[in-house]
Amino acid sequence: MSIDSMFVHKMWDDDELSKMVDGGVPFPMLSDAGGNVGKAYGVFDEAAGVETRGRFLIDPDGILQGFEVLTPPVGRNVSETIRQIQAFQLIRETKGGEATPSGWRPGKKTLKPGIDLVGKVWQEWKTDMAFD
Amino acid sequence: MAQEEQVGCARPTGGLVGETAPEEPMSDTIKPVKEKTMLTVGQKVPDFSAPGYHKGAFVNVTLSEYLGKWVVLCFYPGDFTFV
Repeated sequence: MSIDSMFVHKMWDDDELSKMVDGGVPFPMLSDAGGNVGKAYGVFDEAAGVETRGRFLIDPDGILQGFEVLTPPVGRNVSETIRQIQAFQLIRETKGGEATPSGWRPGKKTLKPGIDLVGKVWQEWKTDMAFD
Repeated sequence: MAQEEQVGCARPTGGLVGETAPEEPMSDTIKPVKEKTMLTVGQKVPDFSAPGYHKGAFVNVTLSEYLGKWVVLCFYPGDFTFV
């Protein structure tokens, strides 16, 4: 979503993005001319008149699970976004019975929060597990 | 999900669902203070409806149509930017 019109979105997809991705962008490219949606989400830069790089993870109940906002010159890490979705999906599937510690990715060990884990995380989780 | 939209010359834009038009200020001296706030994790996000482009068609998308699915909503400064 940006302040550009849907007509400009089409031209960008036709002229450039479809050369990067076969068949063009697979998801809707939305227009927020005037920034009304961006203002509600706290990502509209009034001085510049554009949206900043905000990324919101919204769960199937419409609840905000996480967000990240960057100034324009730095791009996002899509792998990290996907990792976070995978972690939130696991939490949802286990109904909070498991938690994903720092550095978790699919296949890595989860923690089971409870009284037995108090003061024992050091036995279950090592600092090198924070890194890929 | 997204409904196809007829295209006119005007540039339609997005807006929040269920939001009424802003009220006129009561006087020149009393102006409503609108604080800029960030959303809070764990809370419902504001629903919105916005026009867009999707796979060869102009569409109108309402966020709440995606209830039941995970959604990644990305904002960016502008088309044809470099990052």
